[in-house]
Amino acid sequence: MGYVAIKGGEDAIAQSIRLVEYYRVRGRTAPVSIGQIQGQFRLLLDKIMGEASLYAPEHAALVLKQNEGDVFESAFMLRAYRATLQRRYTAETLVTREMFIRRRLSSAFREIPGGQILGPTRDYSQRLLDGRLATETLGHIEDFLAQFEAAAPGRPTVPVTTLPKVIDLLQAQGLLREVDDDASRRVVDVTREAVKFPAPRSAALQMLARAETGGLMALAYSAQRGFGSTHATVGELRVGEVPVRVRDARGRIRVVGRIRLTEAEMISRLRVQRRDESPALSLGYGLCFGQNETKAIAMGILDRAMRSGGDAPCQSQEFVLYHTEGIESYGFTNHLKLPHYVTFQSSLSNLRQAIERKDRKRGQLGFGAAVVNTTSSPS
Amino acid sequence: MIATRKFEHTYNFAFIDERTKREIRRKILKAIAIPGYQVPYSSPEMPIARGWGTGGLHASLSIIGPDDVFKIIDQGSDASVNACNLRDFVRRMTSCRTTFDTAEATLIQTRHRKPEEILTERQIIVFQVPQPEPLRSVERYEFKTRIMHAEADYAKMWVALYESYVKFGAIMNGAGYPVRVNGRYIMTPSPIPRWDVPNLSMAPCLHVFSAGREKRLHCVPPFTRVEPLEFEDVKFRVEEFREIVCAASGGDRAFMDEIYESESTRKFVINDSDFLDKVRLGQRPPQRLFQNPV
Repeated sequence: MGYVAIKGGEDAIAQSIRLVEYYRVRGRTAPVSIGQIQGQFRLLLDKIMGEASLYAPEHAALVLKQNEGDVFESAFMLRAYRATLQRRYTAETLVTREMFIRRRLSSAFREIPGGQILGPTRDYSQRLLDGRLATETLGHIEDFLAQFEAAAPGRPTVPVTTLPKVIDLLQAQGLLREVDDDASRRVVDVTREAVKFPAPRSAALQMLARAETGGLMALAYSAQRGFGSTHATVGELRVGEVPVRVRDARGRIRVVGRIRLTEAEMISRLRVQRRDESPALSLGYGLCFGQNETKAIAMGILDRAMRSGGDAPCQSQEFVLYHTEGIESYGFTNHLKLPHYVTFQSSLSNLRQAIERKDRKRGQLGFGAAVVNTTSSPS
Repeated sequence: MIATRKFEHTYNFAFIDERTKREIRRKILKAIAIPGYQVPYSSPEMPIARGWGTGGLHASLSIIGPDDVFKIIDQGSDASVNACNLRDFVRRMTSCRTTFDTAEATLIQTRHRKPEEILTERQIIVFQVPQPEPLRSVERYEFKTRIMHAEADYAKMWVALYESYVKFGAIMNGAGYPVRVNGRYIMTPSPIPRWDVPNLSMAPCLHVFSAGREKRLHCVPPFTRVEPLEFEDVKFRVEEFREIVCAASGGDRAFMDEIYESESTRKFVINDSDFLDKVRLGQRPPQRLFQNPV
């Protein structure tokens, strides 16, 4: 038994996939290599890896290429791939104190132990179009690199060590209140266990770390503009590489590699709950893959806001965590393109009957029937 | 030279790894044991977008075996593009036989419909659910709805139905009409039209409702009471298709699609594509029909 339309559906999909592939390559330009994407779209890959929660730069570059640069689609595809990977080890807790720092700043103090390190950033650049890049060649790149390397100082005379944390200063003075952690110190894995509310902080932080940068920024911005309480200060923001360790079968701890992270420690005043309580500062924590400072800062603000209690959107765990989840909101927003004619028919049937009832009532009351032509009423 | 195998990847039978499948099956068993209760589950990412049937796939793929015959419909139709895509995915990941024939299928995945044909005790039907929480329209916070369910405190829901009656002269809930399962939990039957709601009650098949994005699943086991919420004097009603016959088959007494070929011509066609095929061949399958109260 065959329903004729079925062939249509499958054909349409096949042709549409061919067509979108044609759109990807129809410019007839040299294919972009994975190496080029990795080399020149570093920050974009950082964003994709963060939202996919899979640290795999080559795979991120591949999906970006495959999806013509659609970030949502790429993060989604990489996250789906992640779900198929077997978990052989669980990493030991990453220690950001060990970070090999590329960039580091504190806006809370003018000078900090170890110093402020501007590092690679466009924060203080003038955002003017650089026309030279339109005609950039490999030769230009080689020239720049030669000059850059010649100007760089040689090996440092003192070994590079890690830097102390700014929050240690505050903690030592007793200004920073420990986060009242949930009763359970168990780390929830949100990819294995559906989150329930109120969610433990470990689940909330994981969800924020996987959330979509733009969504986090929008809600964190709302908190700063007055929908929520906190005015946060960047206690410390650091970007750099951290070693990842796992325990092997014999119980030995092994370093398996390094990953680049951005960490933000946001400081704000703690609202005093009881009369006898003394005021203090509290921390909002942000940590994400790669160099994504916007995300880490927004995450820090929201971590704090969600614990502060209040009626603003950013202070509700359910509001923040569900709605900043990029993969889910992306999928659901686009699902509206699926046919909904059955559900629509169901509500249409109700609506038509309700209009009929109103018309009858109006007729009885002598107002005359409504002129609305409902085209319809099957009855 | 050593070939790079980095981007080669093979998938497990039915895509999801066995440990996760077992976890989902445990959650389904729990949902069967507590009819209508929403059980949180892991809901791993699928290569299908959230909101496009991931929950249904989780349930289907964790219970499917090599001998199953799989059918999938979207809005009642085997032909819908998303159904085609998901069918192709399940076929590729399991090599199971697929079918359009409702009676032949052992496992049916659906979005927004239950087939007209009566399902038997050897069949399982999995519904794709966008929003598993029936109380979401009256209470937006989950930590509160969980308490309301635990205490069977459904006052807000009853008030909402009453208000709908006062404003519009009828309970205006369209698809996804709230039901009470086994006399205890209020449940949303995914957004199936009211037409299908009476067919959930005391049915021989197992119904699994799975919401991937919301990471919750619930069940209506075989032969379980499912009662639409109604008042003594304002009764539940299904959609009316009075004096309407299907333009394609001449059949009636089925959920109809309203089709516009131009601005002025409207016709109706039986929505359930397999049922339509059978009616056309003069082999109308057994159906359970609900009579609206007069």
